[in-house]
Amino acid sequence: MTNETLLLDIENLHAQYVNPHNQNEKINILNGINLKIYKGKKHAIMGPNGSGKSTLSSVIMGHPHYQITQGDIRYYNQQTSKMESITGLLPHERAKKGIFMSFQNPVSVPGLPVTQFLRASLQNIRGKDITVKDFRKELKSNMEALQMNPDLMKRYLNEGFSGGEKKRMEILQLSLLQPRIAILDEIDSGLDIDALRQVSEGINRLVDNERAFILITHYKRLLDYIAPDSVHIIAEGKIIKEGGPELVDILESTGYEEIVKEAKLAS
Amino acid sequence: MNDLESTKAKSKDKASFEKEDYKYGFHDAEQFIFKAERGLTEEIVRNISKIKNEPQWMTDFRVESYRIFLEKPMPNWGDVKGLNSIDFESIYYYLKPTGGQERSWDDVPEDIKNTFEKLGIPEAEQKFLGGVTAQYESEVVYHSIREDLEKLGVIFTDMDTALREHSDIVKKYFSTIIPPSDNKFAALNSAVWSGGSFIYVPPDTDVAIPLQAYFRINAKNMGQFERTLIITDKNSKVHYIEGCTAPTYSTDSLHSAVVELIAMEGSTIRYSTIQNWSNNVYNLVTKRAVAYENARVEWVDGNIGSKVTMKYPAVYLKGRGAHGEVLSIAYAGKGQHQDAGAKIVHAAPDTTSSILSKSLTKDGGQSTYRGLIKVYKDSINSKSSVKCDALMLDNKSTSLTLPYMEIEEERGVRVQHEATVSKVDDDMLFFMTSRGISEDDAKGMVINGFIEPFTRELPMEYAVELNRLIQLEMQGAIG
Repeated sequence: MTNETLLLDIENLHAQYVNPHNQNEKINILNGINLKIYKGKKHAIMGPNGSGKSTLSSVIMGHPHYQITQGDIRYYNQQTSKMESITGLLPHERAKKGIFMSFQNPVSVPGLPVTQFLRASLQNIRGKDITVKDFRKELKSNMEALQMNPDLMKRYLNEGFSGGEKKRMEILQLSLLQPRIAILDEIDSGLDIDALRQVSEGINRLVDNERAFILITHYKRLLDYIAPDSVHIIAEGKIIKEGGPELVDILESTGYEEIVKEAKLAS
Repeated sequence: MNDLESTKAKSKDKASFEKEDYKYGFHDAEQFIFKAERGLTEEIVRNISKIKNEPQWMTDFRVESYRIFLEKPMPNWGDVKGLNSIDFESIYYYLKPTGGQERSWDDVPEDIKNTFEKLGIPEAEQKFLGGVTAQYESEVVYHSIREDLEKLGVIFTDMDTALREHSDIVKKYFSTIIPPSDNKFAALNSAVWSGGSFIYVPPDTDVAIPLQAYFRINAKNMGQFERTLIITDKNSKVHYIEGCTAPTYSTDSLHSAVVELIAMEGSTIRYSTIQNWSNNVYNLVTKRAVAYENARVEWVDGNIGSKVTMKYPAVYLKGRGAHGEVLSIAYAGKGQHQDAGAKIVHAAPDTTSSILSKSLTKDGGQSTYRGLIKVYKDSINSKSSVKCDALMLDNKSTSLTLPYMEIEEERGVRVQHEATVSKVDDDMLFFMTSRGISEDDAKGMVINGFIEPFTRELPMEYAVELNRLIQLEMQGAIG
């Protein structure tokens, strides 16, 4: 992988959760993550419950409840062609740099029209005004591609949406915002087979040589639709094993427990 | 607090009417020059009536109300501490400086001027809101609207004019809904009232455009002790709007209005208010409506400003099939207490009501919902639903819900109450900011969404302005 372009470089990342109601209550979750994400590649991150998968994506995006205690996250700056730390940036600043994260449980905001939110988001990411007419046009084509019910646009953000509708909304935003790195946190959870296929197709349409994907999942089934280039297994806040797509099948047959045990023995 | 101290000091100089030279000009032919003093005596009350050239019954009414005011104790609920800090002796009860005497633009506080700028309010309007000028709306607009109304037989005028020109109707209904004995502040208003609106809509008349206090600003509707009376005759309909979303700067520390609505059979009144008094004002308002058979009364009530507001718009459903509605929002920021709510009295069968109360608190602000649903015996098949939603923007602020119910009838009666308390939580903001929206904008969106059930009931220009105002509040750009 040496001649490939590095997009995101996570180095010895230690992070803890800080209870917002009691700043003294801190729990270490990431214990030295090393992870390199390359342009045009699909990286799968797999691991058991509580291993730190979701925390990792929240920390990359800058969730205020997590504190980095050691290590760094560096991101490729197109203007300077250099890797630069993003840990000092607020979430919306990271988003403007082209980092996107889809949520396991997207929040709903009662009274906030979906279209108002989407247009505000798009204008911020692109850094310019978009006329209502242009926005509608873009929205319509993206929604059609995802086979979304146009009536959803008359509603409030995720308010009363089914699990599947929420996930489609996430992919709709992904396809509108066109990020350089997309972190998809358990995008497959709560989807039936048909919805999973449609969502996966939506993601696959966005795959190109420029954009990187980080697919966080428990299960093989998502990776049957979206073939990863590399697989990283995380346990107890560390990457314990890395490899190609063949790792998915090994994992499926042996289970996490076995791999975690092996990794412990090896170290 | 310094301002209050200095006014107190001045008030010791008890010069009588000829000493200070605040002018007060009525907009009509009569021009009075009246000199004010602070504090209240029976003599002042009599003089107010005399100068307005009022009929004897009104003079007697004022004097009687003044006596009731003296006797009535201060309410022992609500913001008790705030109420007891009101210094009645330091207040001008009539002909206050904001009347004919114009304040200088330089006297208007910077933060209020900045807010005007950010809201994009036209300069002429800024000066009115800042108390610099008494009017800004063009006379032409005002007159053309008044002519249209006259053709319909609608009376829309200020209360003082109504008393002179339509004294029979005024005498018949004035104070029939809210007697001076109702509460201390209703008594005070009854003694010293000035300005306010009077509307009478004849039978079978639908006033298609909302009547706005803006159109008759020259009639001094935004007084301290305004008195409003609206009567819709059988099967008629009107929407009245008072106040504005932009901050209204007042040097007066007490605003105490009385609003009475009478909806005859089959008629509809909607009364919309947006109150954004500057944060030195005690806003203590009594609002009550009576709805007769199949009539409908809707209070749309927004409280953004003031130091303390105590206001509980009420509807008495006195005829079969009458409907009452209260839709309110309250915003309490730093140092503010919004004690607001609603009162619905079901006094006839098949009556229905609904209350939706939304409160927002921030920076240690306090909001209280205080509401009463009363169902009298024999008001069978009455239905009522109450919903209170509180949104807290930080951990320093408080929100309290005090729903009271007095149900004397069971047959077919259904009363529902639902309350929610929520916070703009970090996860919600993280979600929105992760999509490129700044935290302040995200908060503004959450809040505008929260109050959307209220804003959608407002005319467009009010809704837009209210949303902008909230957005500014979130950016900490105000005050």
